[in-house]
Amino acid sequence: MDLIWQGMLEAFRLLIKGDREVIGIMLLSLEVSGAATLLSLLLGIPVGAFLALSNFSGRKLILGMVNTGMGMPPVVAGLLVSILLWRSGPLGFFRLLYTPSAMVIAQFSLAFPIVAGFTMAGIGQINPRLRMQIVALGASRWQMLLLLLREARLPLMAAVMAGFGAVISEVGASMMVGGNIKDQTRVLTTATVMETGKGNFSLAIALSIILLALVFAVNLTLTYIQQKRRPA
Amino acid sequence: MTDFVLEAHDLLVEKGDKVLLDIAHLGVLRSEVLVVIGPNGAGKSTLLSVLGLLEKPTGGWLAFNGERLDSADLLPYRRRMAVVFQEPLLLDTTVRENVSLGLKLRHFPHDRIEEKVRLWLDKFNISHLAGRSGRTLSGGEAQRTSLARAMVLDPEVLFLDEPFSSLDQPTKESLLSDLKRILLDKRTTVVMVTQDREEARFFGDRVGVLLGGKLRQLDRTDVVFRSPASEDIAGFVGVENLIHGIVRSVEQGLLKIVVGDVVVEAVGSQGPGKKVLLTLRPEDIMLSKPGPSAGTSMRNHFRGIISEISDRGALWRITVDCGFPALAFITRQSGIEMGLSPGTDVVASFKATSVHVIESGG
Repeated sequence: MDLIWQGMLEAFRLLIKGDREVIGIMLLSLEVSGAATLLSLLLGIPVGAFLALSNFSGRKLILGMVNTGMGMPPVVAGLLVSILLWRSGPLGFFRLLYTPSAMVIAQFSLAFPIVAGFTMAGIGQINPRLRMQIVALGASRWQMLLLLLREARLPLMAAVMAGFGAVISEVGASMMVGGNIKDQTRVLTTATVMETGKGNFSLAIALSIILLALVFAVNLTLTYIQQKRRPA
Repeated sequence: MTDFVLEAHDLLVEKGDKVLLDIAHLGVLRSEVLVVIGPNGAGKSTLLSVLGLLEKPTGGWLAFNGERLDSADLLPYRRRMAVVFQEPLLLDTTVRENVSLGLKLRHFPHDRIEEKVRLWLDKFNISHLAGRSGRTLSGGEAQRTSLARAMVLDPEVLFLDEPFSSLDQPTKESLLSDLKRILLDKRTTVVMVTQDREEARFFGDRVGVLLGGKLRQLDRTDVVFRSPASEDIAGFVGVENLIHGIVRSVEQGLLKIVVGDVVVEAVGSQGPGKKVLLTLRPEDIMLSKPGPSAGTSMRNHFRGIISEISDRGALWRITVDCGFPALAFITRQSGIEMGLSPGTDVVASFKATSVHVIESGG
């Protein structure tokens, strides 16, 4: 108990006095995971919508891949991205390994299937006759897609929360492709692992609490938006 | 040339090796209410989807206001029509937003939308629900919203796909009369499909009978119900008196038809020996007490015994066994005056021209 209490006090102290290093770690976490989530929304929503609305041979195989991707272990994603970005690897010439960009790529590969999967499920559960009704009301292809996304807004918000929650809390991939380099690629999770390893429990707890508070704040905001749009 | 808003030519819809729809020609007249009736699986909804440009037919083509439609870009034409389905299919938003949806998709200016939506919410008596979520409405309220959402678009053709079939009777009746009033007022061209004959009688200027994907009869509503073109149509439109017989002789267009032990006279073109089916509307049968003939022009008089009287308020439905069961309507007043009751001896009379003769398949 004492350990947790001390940790919490330490966390407050670090935050209140605006510890440069901790703030930096926190901001980088937000930037990397925010960017990865944003990218996964930009690509995952259209792909998920396409998979939900189309019918082509091989669709089931892709659905299976997306669903598997939703449970992709971060270390596997980290390994794949490491191999791709390795100096002698196929994308090695970009020299991205051990940069925040590499972490964004790794986290994107985790969040993308989650967002695509949620979008697919969200649009898939809409009554197909409603699609016909929307067409009958005179919607163009794009108008219909937008209306369907609006209709699936609750699952889409859940997709954002699940995607962001997954990437900000993962450690394996960030550690592997980022390397936990001080002031460069150190994020809340990798820092927590390191501090725990060094026996700095109070700092580790402080970092964990900040992480939790961050996830909570983001989810609270999204939940609020999600519920507000619901007409009485 | 006839003024068709919408025409279908050589329409063919196949699914696998099954023919769902096979219609040589169907024209929808301007400002008419055309009701297509048929049993489940007759192809009614498919027909409506094809006419509403929601489903591509396997073969054939459509013309809108005389202009042949090119299937590449149907959106502009779709935007001149509206469809209301059996389920209200509202979006997860307010009633007002649902009703404005089609106008928004057509990029109407904001103030015009507001004005039109207010008008149509009012016409369907749902103004008080404007702010409510579409998902919290009763069946009747939701279907009113769906109808307002269609009518606000001033469609050149309104398609109705059994829009009342999931409503309870009182809700349905109030909506039917409101909708009829609105349609008469707007002179909207309507194509409605239903399996409910009463709705067809109530709404239809013309009625088409769809059986097994084929349009078997298309005529004025009273003609279809009075003179169904075949035995299966008669069966579906619900003719009360269906009598089997065989033509015995023909004299100057007047047929003598053997029905059991009696002979019925009717007007028709069938030859002797033909098996026929006679249809006769209950309101065309006159009942009287036996006695010296009143010397009417009616050629058919059959003495019989009342087997059943069913009291329908102002009307009595009376079944007379006169060699064949004949159902007649009589006002309650006359029934009481004549002292009719089950077992009473009566004479059922009807004109030869009241009998509609169909060649029987069997």
